Amino acid sequence: MAERPLHIVAYCCHYCAYAAADLAGVLRLRYPAETRIVELPCTGRLDPLEVLHAFEHGADGVMVAGCLEGDCHFRAGNLNARRRVGRIQELLSRVGLEPGRIEMVNMSSAMGRQFADAAARITEQIRALGPSPLYPPIHATAAAPDGAPPS
Amino acid sequence: AKEAVMAREHDPETSVHVFMMDMRAFSKGYEAYYQRAREQYGIQYTRCRISALREDPESHDLFVRYASGQWPGASGEKELTTDHSPLTTDSFDLVVLSVGMEISEPVRRLGRDLGVELDDYGFCHTALFQPLETSRPGIYAAGPFREPKDIPESVIDASGAAAAASALLAPSRGRLARFVEYPPERAITQEEPRLGVFVCHCGSNIAGFLDVPDVTAYASHLPGVVHADHLLYACSQDSTATIQRRIAEHNLNRVVVASCTPLTHAPLFQDVLRQAGLNEFLLTMANIRNQCSWVHSEDRQAATAKAKDLVRMAVARTVTLEPLTRQTVAVAEAALVIGGGPAGMTACLTLADQGYAVHLVEREPKLGGNLRHIHTLLPPSDGSPAPDPQRLLADLEGRVTAHPRITLHLEAEVEDVHGFVGNFTSRIRRTNQPDDSIGHSVLVVAVGAQEYRGPEYGYGTDARILTQQEFEARLSSTADGSRGPRRVVMIQCVGPAEQTCARTCCATALKNALRLKDLHPASEVVVLYRDMRTYGFKERLYTQARSRGVVFMRYDEDHKPHVDVSRQGPGVRVTAWDGASGETMAIDADLVVLSMPMVPSEGSRHLATTLKVPVDADGWFLEAHVKLRPVEFANSGIYLAGAAHYPKLLDESLAQAQAAASRAATILARPTLSSGGVVAMVNEAACVGCLTCVRVCPLGIPVVDAARVGIGGTMGTAYIEPTICQGCGTCVGECPAGAIELLHYRHHQVEQQVMSLFAEPAVGEAR
Repeated sequence: MAERPLHIVAYCCHYCAYAAADLAGVLRLRYPAETRIVELPCTGRLDPLEVLHAFEHGADGVMVAGCLEGDCHFRAGNLNARRRVGRIQELLSRVGLEPGRIEMVNMSSAMGRQFADAAARITEQIRALGPSPLYPPIHATAAAPDGAPPS
Repeated sequence: AKEAVMAREHDPETSVHVFMMDMRAFSKGYEAYYQRAREQYGIQYTRCRISALREDPESHDLFVRYASGQWPGASGEKELTTDHSPLTTDSFDLVVLSVGMEISEPVRRLGRDLGVELDDYGFCHTALFQPLETSRPGIYAAGPFREPKDIPESVIDASGAAAAASALLAPSRGRLARFVEYPPERAITQEEPRLGVFVCHCGSNIAGFLDVPDVTAYASHLPGVVHADHLLYACSQDSTATIQRRIAEHNLNRVVVASCTPLTHAPLFQDVLRQAGLNEFLLTMANIRNQCSWVHSEDRQAATAKAKDLVRMAVARTVTLEPLTRQTVAVAEAALVIGGGPAGMTACLTLADQGYAVHLVEREPKLGGNLRHIHTLLPPSDGSPAPDPQRLLADLEGRVTAHPRITLHLEAEVEDVHGFVGNFTSRIRRTNQPDDSIGHSVLVVAVGAQEYRGPEYGYGTDARILTQQEFEARLSSTADGSRGPRRVVMIQCVGPAEQTCARTCCATALKNALRLKDLHPASEVVVLYRDMRTYGFKERLYTQARSRGVVFMRYDEDHKPHVDVSRQGPGVRVTAWDGASGETMAIDADLVVLSMPMVPSEGSRHLATTLKVPVDADGWFLEAHVKLRPVEFANSGIYLAGAAHYPKLLDESLAQAQAAASRAATILARPTLSSGGVVAMVNEAACVGCLTCVRVCPLGIPVVDAARVGIGGTMGTAYIEPTICQGCGTCVGECPAGAIELLHYRHHQVEQQVMSLFAEPAVGEAR
């Protein structure tokens, strides 16, 4: 029975954070391998309900990465995202989950190093918090053939 | 300042000391950046030339000796020595020299080979009224090759030069263009998903760090996948041909490419899909290089496992993808230019000369804008006489009025603008005439700026206190042989310019000072300044002015000059502190000329609201990107030129007008525009008409359409025009009812991608 890996979902905006992650690769920087990037056109697209579903179904940590404040490609999508992340943190606290499991960071597309640093730091923070109590930490069963999470 | 700030950001322990003579932060936002560098980042600035730089042979530290010229009472006190000039020696680890730009020998040779005239330093001078044309017709020059300049100005030059060249090529437009023929798009919505997954080796960039065949085998078992293969370089010609063949062979209706980044390669693979008869939105790229193999190169097992996760997520998303259509809109073949000054007229002519119809709307009864108030221009640095600005005005006015493709609307203002790029309708209010309605595809804002007329230094209380514009008018009407003023004091950085540099005042002051000296060599001129911002070739004016006896006295924000008109004597008493000597002087002047800054034109903010375009904190229209998109707004189809963007000199306005026309022409040149694809769509049946999306959209696109019925019979739901929606999804994340979907990033599409991550890997897979 193997301990399952940490699932860290990183919602990254197309124009800055995703590009910064690419740049981290170009620079051959290293960061822990737990991050799984989901590309969004803008962090303004971030839907709190989707994030809560992610926590419900297996996310141990969520990173939201957008443009620097004042430089959002779509003017203020990242400011809206930050407000929603705050709201999600509030809701997590209320249900007994650590609000530190979700964090928003800002960077420009040139900030490859900052992406790698943020991914590393957040991964270690989630590792310190441990796997999400919402999701069994140890599995005995294999996946269903359609890839659905075990109930 | 930028390098100093970055040094401090890299290591906050680093201290940075800048030695300078004049701080030339004259561009939009630069003065504010300079102040942040000083105040927030603690960069130390000392205004002086250093007198010695020596290396310690043992420690290799560098010793810099300088006279700091700090006076008691100024910020940063030092003790006065007996000769009033404290000499200091500081040691540094690193000394960085700001050496400026020069023209390299290969470029000089190129200039000679092309037969264009270069100056002694190798720079290519252009005529003031045709700033992008070299001495040889058909050859254009842009950027620092003309004169040292920064990125925004270089980008502007480049766009403008393209427009100038396009005007010549206009009759042949499209004659040699070849168009790709795509096969008809296969309708796949009724089909079961049949995915093809192509995993790329990228040579050894991916294959060297994770097990590509293993990932491919894994992909072949994922739900929806009917074909999986790996390729050495997926983007190569033979590989893309292979992908096309596989699409046909296996009747694939969706594709996953697991390779590098979509930011560089999505267009390529989207094109492959189109060539194979599939809608381009049926593709996902799994980034297993930049975001996997390149960053986890030390752990092959972890990298391989992550690649499998990323492919699984991409497959889960791709199964949900649907074909998206782009809207095709016919482009109205006309442009609207607001503002009939030199920038507006030049934009009009540049577009009209390329064959497009243009409407020019000007609120005054005459064309010309600020060019009507310019009587002299800076003398060119090659010693030739300065051209006559009124001649340029007459030339522009004549050509605009006579041009068959330009329709002039004088004493008219734009009341409102509806529609979107390619299809705007603007209502024009005219004096003493009925309103007019104009259809156009693009809009150029060229509403200029105006001279500030505030109360500082007693302006408005005495006829002997003038602005530079008023002084210039007076100089131009000076009769020969008349007696000039004995002494003129000019004060720089007045009013709003204390906070935000207005770029043109230093050059204007020197221009008028030199003009005065031409007319009345005996007149004395004293210029009270904070920094002398005569950038580029204008530095020569500063040297010229000093050699002709113009006196320059530097003051600072703590020692502003004082103007007193109440004295009994004939002159105005100006009390001025001199930074070099630390002494305060009393100067009696016949005239005090205030270098009032240019400020946004009256009505700019109102126009910005009408057009739904942004302005910055100082009221200047705000371009989409300061460096990469300096002549357009984030709003599609609206462009910006001239002093409305920021104060600028005449040749800069002309170049920017050509650049704006160039960018506008990229819309006008197309018979149709395609837009959309990734756009937001309101599900009316779920909408409550709460107006949240209307308020939160950065571009003001959602509207409440009273004719649409929402949930529970609510009259009036939101409607989002697909041709102008930019697809950010902010409304989607904000809608309380969840009634808006962003196509291609629908709720279930994003969720499937995330949920598939939490699925366990195949049995037997250890981590």
